[in-house]
Amino acid sequence: MFKSGNWQNAIDVRDFVLKNVRPYDGEGDFLCDATERTDHLWKICLDAISEERANNGVLAIDNETVSGVASHAAGYIDKDKEIIVGLQTDQLLKRAMKPYGGIAVVEKACQEHGLEVSDRVKDIFRNYAKTHNDGVFDVYTPEIRLFRSLGILTGLPDNYARGRIIGDYRRVALYGVNRLIENKKLDMLGLTGPMNDERIRLREEVAEQIKALGELNKLGEIYGLDLSRPAQNATEAVQWVYMAYLSAVKEQDGAAMSLGNVSSFLDIYIEQDIQMGVISESFAQELIDQFVMKLRMVRHLRMDAYNEIFAGDPTWVTEAIGGRLADGRHKVTKTSFRFLQTLYNLGPSPEPNMTVLWSPQLPEGFKKFCAQVSIDTSSIQYENDDLMQCTRNSDDYGIACCVSFQEIGKQIQFFGARTNLAKTLLLAINGGRCELSGKQVIPNIPELKSEVLDFDEVMGNFKLAMREVARVYNDSMNIIHYMHDKYYYEKVQMALVDTNPKVNLAYGAAGLSIVADSFSAIRHAKVKVVRDEAGISTDFVIDGEFPCYGNDDDRVDVFATEIPAYFNGLLKELPTYKNAEPTLSILTITSNVVYGHKTGATPDGRAKGVAFAPGGNPMHGRDKSGAVASLSSVSKIDYKDSLDGISNTFSIVPKTLGVDKEQRKENLVSIMDGYFSKDAHHLNVNVLNREMLEDAMEHPENYPQLTIRVSGYAVNFVRLTRAQQQDVIARSFFETI
Amino acid sequence: MLNVHSIESLGTYDGPGIRLVIFLQGCNFKCLYCANPDTIAYEGGKSYAVEELVQMAQRQRPFFGKRGGVTVSGGEPLMQAKELIELFRRLKEEGINTCIDTNGSILTSASKTLLEHTDLVLLDIKHIDGSKHKKLTGVSNERTLAFADYLAGINQSTWIRYVLVPGYSDDPADLHALGRRLTGMNNIEKLEIQPYHKLGVHKYESLGWPYELSGVSANTPEQLNVAKKIFEGYVKEVVVN
Ligand code: SF4
Repeated sequence: MFKSGNWQNAIDVRDFVLKNVRPYDGEGDFLCDATERTDHLWKICLDAISEERANNGVLAIDNETVSGVASHAAGYIDKDKEIIVGLQTDQLLKRAMKPYGGIAVVEKACQEHGLEVSDRVKDIFRNYAKTHNDGVFDVYTPEIRLFRSLGILTGLPDNYARGRIIGDYRRVALYGVNRLIENKKLDMLGLTGPMNDERIRLREEVAEQIKALGELNKLGEIYGLDLSRPAQNATEAVQWVYMAYLSAVKEQDGAAMSLGNVSSFLDIYIEQDIQMGVISESFAQELIDQFVMKLRMVRHLRMDAYNEIFAGDPTWVTEAIGGRLADGRHKVTKTSFRFLQTLYNLGPSPEPNMTVLWSPQLPEGFKKFCAQVSIDTSSIQYENDDLMQCTRNSDDYGIACCVSFQEIGKQIQFFGARTNLAKTLLLAINGGRCELSGKQVIPNIPELKSEVLDFDEVMGNFKLAMREVARVYNDSMNIIHYMHDKYYYEKVQMALVDTNPKVNLAYGAAGLSIVADSFSAIRHAKVKVVRDEAGISTDFVIDGEFPCYGNDDDRVDVFATEIPAYFNGLLKELPTYKNAEPTLSILTITSNVVYGHKTGATPDGRAKGVAFAPGGNPMHGRDKSGAVASLSSVSKIDYKDSLDGISNTFSIVPKTLGVDKEQRKENLVSIMDGYFSKDAHHLNVNVLNREMLEDAMEHPENYPQLTIRVSGYAVNFVRLTRAQQQDVIARSFFETI
Repeated sequence: MLNVHSIESLGTYDGPGIRLVIFLQGCNFKCLYCANPDTIAYEGGKSYAVEELVQMAQRQRPFFGKRGGVTVSGGEPLMQAKELIELFRRLKEEGINTCIDTNGSILTSASKTLLEHTDLVLLDIKHIDGSKHKKLTGVSNERTLAFADYLAGINQSTWIRYVLVPGYSDDPADLHALGRRLTGMNNIEKLEIQPYHKLGVHKYESLGWPYELSGVSANTPEQLNVAKKIFEGYVKEVVVN
């Protein structure tokens, strides 16, 4: 059976993987196509998806039942054909209510689709149960409300679940639920006095976790599965892991609900069954295909406005694939290939959010296979395994949400959305007033002395403004996470994480490229402010040339590295709820469009309302020296200052990658080896023609599965709004003649 | 100092692997189909010190992979052969692969020294027939062919590049003649057929130059195939770019 180790004495999945993983050095030639059963089931799913799209994005809503781990009866796609079972509700793509985040949002989401929340549920959540949203708004300060309404802080998880926490779903397969319950009970015994706030809270949390594990057993029973014991073969291992994940997405509707790093764990069971002759390669693939199919069917009930920030109805079922172990071996297994193969067997898809943990040391066969899948499907993102491993000291981690490191089962993360640095710069230029509303946001920012911007003066003010923004941002985070723990605690996920784990507080910043270019313009050219009668900037006149971020030019790239470092330093000075460690991301999701709308003209020459570049990307069209120079600029942002991640979206025309398939693969591998060996953190890879996207805008019906990577995740292109589609098309596509 | 027209950091068509491509300003030909007519004039461009370019290459080096490196193209880079010697010498010192994309018309002693520091030559032969060459480029092809002979003599790794212009340079008889001329040159690793395209036409408009090939349309796949078949009779590897 399995090789023994500490995993038998303690809850230690990493040790199990370490002892039993079978790294695979070969190529993808062993892979199998979808089986007839898979094709049959996927066809039903595709039909349901197109019905969903035709029905204003939502197929059905259960407006009676409050969703919980074991709230719904069993649901199937086609029971007899399913080797992996389980849906969030009793019907494919039917969405469930999770009102603990906030009842108003659930009501709105239902109303937008012509439904009312049942009277019973309304009564409970209006009159008896308090929600996360109620808690937060009870204590928000006027300042936080102002920052929020003006768009200085955006996308705060204050009316839906914060997400981002990854349960170690592997534990259910390896240990069975009962062993996990025993273990949590032991933890509870150790949590003795003195009974201070912290200790009482923790005891209550563990008690909730134990109850949630009982619910998880019940969820198994609903589907006729005995989750109380460990999985005994490959099918059970996949099924158990999926049930554990399913319990999380039944209980919570966090923006991002990552899966973790289950593929190479599952590989251990699959390879064992294959070696014993119990299953074939085709069946192994079928297991993964059906698992992935289920992950693609995860849905949350959202209101329409949510789409502005997180476009395309994403769920961020992020799965980390590949990477290496601290002992130098790699973790690429045949199941790493099998996961990627689903993009062929089921076609391209944004979910699960497949993230390859890249190292130039990974086997060539796998690197080339990844490149090929990227070229064919544009559905993968890549992250720097060497960098994360050595900076964060763990080789057993997943990716929370888009791009963020999270050690599995040992750490969690508090999601913090983001703040708008470009708008912060405008506060610095306007004496602390909002450039659009004229409202005084920050006191004590001196008015600028001259019409021509002076570098030191603006930078001085900018630092003052950043300090104030950091302070208010920190306040809001502490409130949000305090309340989330209190009213919408992630019981079942936390039951699958060590008791009292380390917490990272994931702050975020948008508009970095605009700020960097603005300071470059102020320093290297002459920038004059145009002001209205009230003295507020409406435009900037630039005289002379200046280097732009994205051309591997240190004269400007220095700002893109120093500003996050400075802002991160400010955040680190502030006290955090649960002593969470502050981390910063340079990431926008699709909110770069909304941020643009909410931000006036900036000193880099960007006009009012124009969309920001996503994440750490240079502004569209300003990276004029080709892709490598652009990537090199982004690679300079130091991961140590942005430990929550630095997202970069790279779009290239297939022909530009090389003349034929072989060369395109080879060159894409070289690009990633080069980028990551320069200590860059993250890369989305799109290999697409602009014309194809334009055609997809006009004829969405022809491109139901067209997938495109945006900041930190992938979306179904045809599900984006027209403005978002235009934004994607307007961005830099590297193209050479 | 080198007079540079532009720099592309992700070159995937000018030599093997990923390459930093430095386009130099100035050309002694004036090809009717030139896709970069703005590189022809000797003036214009931006001065770069050799060391600046070396540093750029060093920064980009992680992207080069096993086969990539630096390619100097143009314009006609050998017009600045003397200045290039120092660049290539430095690049070779750093262990960076060097490649030059030339029309082969300038075989000076500086060119010869430069070739000592060059890993690969992309030799553009515009036409095998002297008068047709003159019609296409404004000059005769004697020097280019002598350049090819010289490269063969020093056994310099070379790829031949040939732009297939319908009605101008795709007569099978000419293609056979070129193939025969290259026979026995064992230094030639590959021949790249470059399809004719009109992507540079807007540049003619902004330069105020007439575009004389406006009546010519892009190659059909069959035309490309025919040429490929012919060349395959003479050169070991033929690709269509
Ligand atoms: S040799 Fe090259 S650069 Fe010079 S004119 Fe001809 S095509 Fe243009």
